Amino acid sequence: MQLTEMKAAELVAGIAARKFSAVEVAQAFLNRTEKLKHLNVYVHLEPEVVLDQAKAVDKRIAAGENPGPLAGLPVAIKDLLCVKGEPTTCGSRMLKNFRPPYDATVIEKLKSAGAVLYGKANMDEFAMGSSTENSCYGPTLNPWDTKRIPGGSSGGSAAAVAAMTAPVSLGSDTGGSIRQPAALCGVVGLKPTYGRVSRYGLIAFASSLDQIGPFTWDVPDMALIMEAISGGDSRDATCVPDPVPNYLAEIEKKPEKLRIGIVREFFGEGLDPEVEKSVRDAIALYEKLGAEIKEVSLPHSKYGIAAYYIVAPAECSSNLARYDGTLFGHRSADYSPANDDEKKLPALVRMMMASRAEGFGAEVKRRIMLGTYALSAGYADQYYNKALKVRRLIRNDFETAFKEVDVLIGPTTPTPAFALGEKSADPLAMYLSDIYTITTNLAGLPGLSMPCGLSSGGLPIGLQLVGPALSEAKLLQVARMFERETPWHTKRPNLTV
Amino acid sequence: MTKDEVAKVALLARLRLNDDDKGRYAQQLTSILDFIAQLGELDTEGVEPLAHGVDRTNVFREDKARPALDREDALANAPRRSAEGFLVPAVLD
Repeated sequence: MQLTEMKAAELVAGIAARKFSAVEVAQAFLNRTEKLKHLNVYVHLEPEVVLDQAKAVDKRIAAGENPGPLAGLPVAIKDLLCVKGEPTTCGSRMLKNFRPPYDATVIEKLKSAGAVLYGKANMDEFAMGSSTENSCYGPTLNPWDTKRIPGGSSGGSAAAVAAMTAPVSLGSDTGGSIRQPAALCGVVGLKPTYGRVSRYGLIAFASSLDQIGPFTWDVPDMALIMEAISGGDSRDATCVPDPVPNYLAEIEKKPEKLRIGIVREFFGEGLDPEVEKSVRDAIALYEKLGAEIKEVSLPHSKYGIAAYYIVAPAECSSNLARYDGTLFGHRSADYSPANDDEKKLPALVRMMMASRAEGFGAEVKRRIMLGTYALSAGYADQYYNKALKVRRLIRNDFETAFKEVDVLIGPTTPTPAFALGEKSADPLAMYLSDIYTITTNLAGLPGLSMPCGLSSGGLPIGLQLVGPALSEAKLLQVARMFERETPWHTKRPNLTV
Repeated sequence: MTKDEVAKVALLARLRLNDDDKGRYAQQLTSILDFIAQLGELDTEGVEPLAHGVDRTNVFREDKARPALDREDALANAPRRSAEGFLVPAVLD
């Protein structure tokens, strides 16, 4: 078996047992990445920097040290996680020259676990999008069909694993940005409970919704990475201090009693029949395995997208106010008045307006304006406060459902991967591709997507599991039950290298 | 949303837009706001707003000075700087 075909657990075990070296592993992924450059997965990748880290791990192993539970494992990083001194651009012209002065907490954790930080993966600008087409570096292509999008916003991170250019990766999920690309690229993606993983050093989009999580080929690898990156952090006051379970031990246990809820609202109009069939087959398998299946209702979920597109843009308009050409990021070279109206404005204001106009792409501007409008005098109550009340109703729905069932099940996305350019002209159509994922962010809950089938066109289909807050161990356990009985997590795209 | 409203919001958001941009955003933002208007169907009288998915109370730490970024590190990404600070266009005439 080639090194690039191995799972994270096999690579870590092989490196520790000195069957192969961390350098050999890094080199294998670098070689494959080079041959698959046309997929546009990485926006920054310095082979020397990768190999230096691998060499250091090999040296420590040779000296008899234990470099940690991820020793020598390459991890691709979504380009919004700060890595000290390395380009961290958020897929934006605004941050093209930004090199953070510190590491994100997850980066520190990966480093101390012995992981090798691999390339920075492409993404929708500032994580706003569902297709990775909103990147200033151009779109990432779906490894299963290069005429299609990989999903987004963590499309680069999902494609990195799907194309076997990295064994695992990190992404972030604000409305579906891990689960949706995981589904469309045929890999496992987990959005942990809000606060389970520190957001310190994650470049903020919508702070009450953003959450970091991994992409892997299977559930044991997911457990491995989650153990390494979870836990409290004094630098993120919203981070949950609860102890991190031993996920690896938990996943092999079989739940004694399992009640699974089928969300009625997730099987309505717009759901592709092939996606529905795969998900129904998965449910039937769970029933065969002894789970009790119940239908449940999340009556307010149909308002999820509308509430989200007030809450997220409102937070985004505030978070992105920091990019004003002053402290870091792009500053316009020419901010002389563009028209008579601008002549009345102070030079400082014109500098900010011109810098932001040049630095941000169309979707980011759209959301900043939407958020600014929703928070502006006279509208805040009508829009923002209303959306927060609906957010409460959405969370109450989940709380009611979890009195009756342990996990919820449904499709991750309404359709398999759509074509490049198909939805770029219609922002609202793009927003609707997150219809099944967005409510879990509003409620702060963990959600996992795993492969559960292939369409007749050979495109991956994702199954979503959602649990109560901090139920990651249970979710992984339930996902593992499915994985043991099915071949979907072993399917790979047919890429010529 | 009219073009004038877009212009007003763009100024608040510190975004320079040209006339074409204003027209396009007026149309797109209108259709998004029309979609969002469905929230009005819901009776939310007496519902407590939810700002965070996970309920947290204030998190306190000891009020003690700790090392912060070095000035050089903090200034390293500045678009324009002096030896000790960020430079911006004159604020006062």
